[in-house]
Amino acid sequence: MPSAAHSFTGGFADAPRDAAEAFRSAMTVLARPGEIRTLHGALPPAPLGVAAGALLLTLCDADTSVHLAGACDRPDLRDWIGFHTGAPLVAADQADFAIGAWPDLRAAQGLRIGTAEYPDRSCTLIAELPALDAAGAALTGPGIRDTAHLSLPETAWFQANAARFPLGMDAFFTCGARVAALPRSTTIHNGG
Amino acid sequence: MYVAVKGGERAIENAHAWLDEERRGDPAFAALSLAQIREQLSLAVDRVMAEGSLYDPDLAALAIKQARGDLIEAIFLIRAYRTTLPRLGTSRPVDTGAMACDRRISATYKDAPGGQVLGPTFDYTHRLLDFKLAAEGTPAPAPAPQATARTAPTPHIAAYLQDEGLMQSEPADDTAPSDITRTPMSYPAGRAVRLQSLARADEGFTLGMAYSTQRGYGYNHAFVGELRIGRVPVEMDVPELGFAVEIGEIELTECETVNQFKGSRTSPPQFTRGYGLVFGKGERKAISMALVDRALRWEELGEDNTGAAAQDEEFVLSHGDNIQATGFLEHIKLPHYVDFQSELELVRKMRRDAGAGNTAEAAE
Amino acid sequence: MMRPGGDRVGDDRTEAAVTDPAYNFAYLDEQTKRMIRRAILKGLAVPGYQVPFASREMPMPYGWGTGGVQVTAATLTPDDTLKVIDQGADDTTNAVSIRKFFQKTAGVAVTERTADATVIQTRHRIPEHPLTEDQILVYQVPIPEPLRFLEPRETETRKMHALQDYGLMHVKLYEDIAQNGAIAKSYAYPVKVSGRYVMDPSPIPKFDNPKLDMPAIQLFGAGREQRIYAVPPYTPVVSLDFEDFPFDPSKADHACDLCGADTSYLDEVIVDDAGGRMFVCSDTDFCGERRDAGHRGAMSPPDAAVQA
Ligand SMILES: [Zn+2]
Repeated sequence: MPSAAHSFTGGFADAPRDAAEAFRSAMTVLARPGEIRTLHGALPPAPLGVAAGALLLTLCDADTSVHLAGACDRPDLRDWIGFHTGAPLVAADQADFAIGAWPDLRAAQGLRIGTAEYPDRSCTLIAELPALDAAGAALTGPGIRDTAHLSLPETAWFQANAARFPLGMDAFFTCGARVAALPRSTTIHNGG
Repeated sequence: MYVAVKGGERAIENAHAWLDEERRGDPAFAALSLAQIREQLSLAVDRVMAEGSLYDPDLAALAIKQARGDLIEAIFLIRAYRTTLPRLGTSRPVDTGAMACDRRISATYKDAPGGQVLGPTFDYTHRLLDFKLAAEGTPAPAPAPQATARTAPTPHIAAYLQDEGLMQSEPADDTAPSDITRTPMSYPAGRAVRLQSLARADEGFTLGMAYSTQRGYGYNHAFVGELRIGRVPVEMDVPELGFAVEIGEIELTECETVNQFKGSRTSPPQFTRGYGLVFGKGERKAISMALVDRALRWEELGEDNTGAAAQDEEFVLSHGDNIQATGFLEHIKLPHYVDFQSELELVRKMRRDAGAGNTAEAAE
Repeated sequence: MMRPGGDRVGDDRTEAAVTDPAYNFAYLDEQTKRMIRRAILKGLAVPGYQVPFASREMPMPYGWGTGGVQVTAATLTPDDTLKVIDQGADDTTNAVSIRKFFQKTAGVAVTERTADATVIQTRHRIPEHPLTEDQILVYQVPIPEPLRFLEPRETETRKMHALQDYGLMHVKLYEDIAQNGAIAKSYAYPVKVSGRYVMDPSPIPKFDNPKLDMPAIQLFGAGREQRIYAVPPYTPVVSLDFEDFPFDPSKADHACDLCGADTSYLDEVIVDDAGGRMFVCSDTDFCGERRDAGHRGAMSPPDAAVQA
């Protein structure tokens, strides 16, 4: 997968259309946990793929703070996000969005889970995974007719997250151009 | 035979055409120019700018013309236009102390540096219809006598009280205030948000709230410490230049009230203030705003909440915006066939059940 | 050089020349759409919770669908087919007006056929034709807070939702039963979503409540009250009731006088000076399709007249 040569490239060519299409896919996968869609139109620097880049361009701007977790915190990615979204980069505990490989996100301290009165004031995770398939952990809950399956990077963390509902974080999983999501409302079953 | 109501689209188009015709009025008379509205209905223009939250006298004049003089409709046009404008930056806070005052009065001191400047006020006019104005082609009035313009800034009256320690000081605060047009309202809103809301709130609503405090609902006697109207420069920082440049001038009305404060366990007795600031010449609104601002400060100043409407932040801020209010009020004109039908069925059913009950009782 | 990200409403507005080059695609600037889109995602993640959003001042009055319009604008893609209904009908004036707004500013295809629409904006009804996984239903909401008529203060109702303290609502419904023998709520009938939040389904008739658990994504927009909420597909939505007084999604005890349907929600129409009544489907697309398929009601005109 080619990466952006420098921070000025790799943005949406037709922002209103590209963002609208990316949002519809993002909304669909969040509304139907386990479903996988493909995004296009963004070329962020490695290690992020097209889907993670498209999510950033679609959802982030000067009004949202972004945390780059672990190995993602690199100058070229900082510049790319700064140029294309204007989003301020912040520590984990202030982030509206946190992005990185799963082990780095998992290690991030103090990610916000919302408050009882404002559960929306929580951090949204964008985890770039090495693989993403509709297989693995069994999922039930809002958005799922019977049972869905998704190759979560682990189950215990997400079970603990779901147990705090309506508090908690919502996660997008990206792998290259592919995206799936797991809202905090989903129940994750062991032995799926 | 029943035919479903069709042709909504044509009805709307025809209604718009008729509206256009009504707006123009009798074409035998000359059409109003924007300059005429801007120059001769300037207080209407000012109100539209203030409550529309957009300082542009020409656009406000256009809105008034398009709205046929319905000022709330004109404010609505300006608000809807305003939201589509790009935000190029944020100005520095204006310095009303540097205002070139056309009018400046204090009800608390007979005289003070800068003086009492009456300015072009209705205050001491006898409200007698001036039938001379009814004649067309009346020559323009002779220019009013000019005073020599004051070159030094006009100090704020409250500063004199503050120097004496008699006025509660308002510490400078450089934290960026929340922007009510970009952040959903949540309570408690805080004073910065309250003042923003009040500055664009409906003049009539604000007046009514302020009047209620004068009549004892959240009573706190206010002196008009100072009312000033004039022009102030607007400056904006230009990062490329490294300093601020003046980008224009706006006319403002500012009111500071001086209110009693008997003191609390932690603060000695002193005066406190309410603050009002609006675009253009809008002293009724500015004074009203100051009174309501002061009433809303009860908690911060450790006063009693008497349960008055004007002390209730959520009540005042949720109901002061005339665009929100008029939209929701007028939406009840829209079709509600479906919800009404469900009520109809429910009332019929409950009456049937009640009727059956009564019959049963009667039979017993 | 200006960053593409920050405040550049003006640039965005010129980027997409769809039908009217003066407007950005679907009217709203990209930054506003991002803000609304973030709120929609939070709403879907916490079904039934009202997400505050910085509603913009739209070129139509508050109370006339500004919330629904903003949600639709943030949701539409250029390839969508939009249907707009008010009271179930495509030809009511406000539905016509909103449909025209999106034709002009988004250039999207429009339809009156429920089955052909990908996005449906509605006021006060859920279409009779069952919706599918490929559709999105956007509701216009006047008062999003189901507890508002019991407690006017936002600060209080927010606490009640936080504590899941819905006792006040149950007391009110039970008082209705004690006083009237029935729950005196016939539209905007409160529901509990996914066992957590009590939600106002907007002023749909309670007849429509059972349809709220559906395969389509449901988004609710309240512009003046600055709230967005959502119900994902296949989410349990339960109308509040009591064991001894179960929820009753009743409707007028008639069949449609034009198409004969006895399962659809009906409008009552006064047809003559003597107060004669007839009942017709409120869903104009549903009724029309049935008549096209040859169904007739008690007051249908003779077939020759229909075909003419
Ligand atoms: Zn019918």
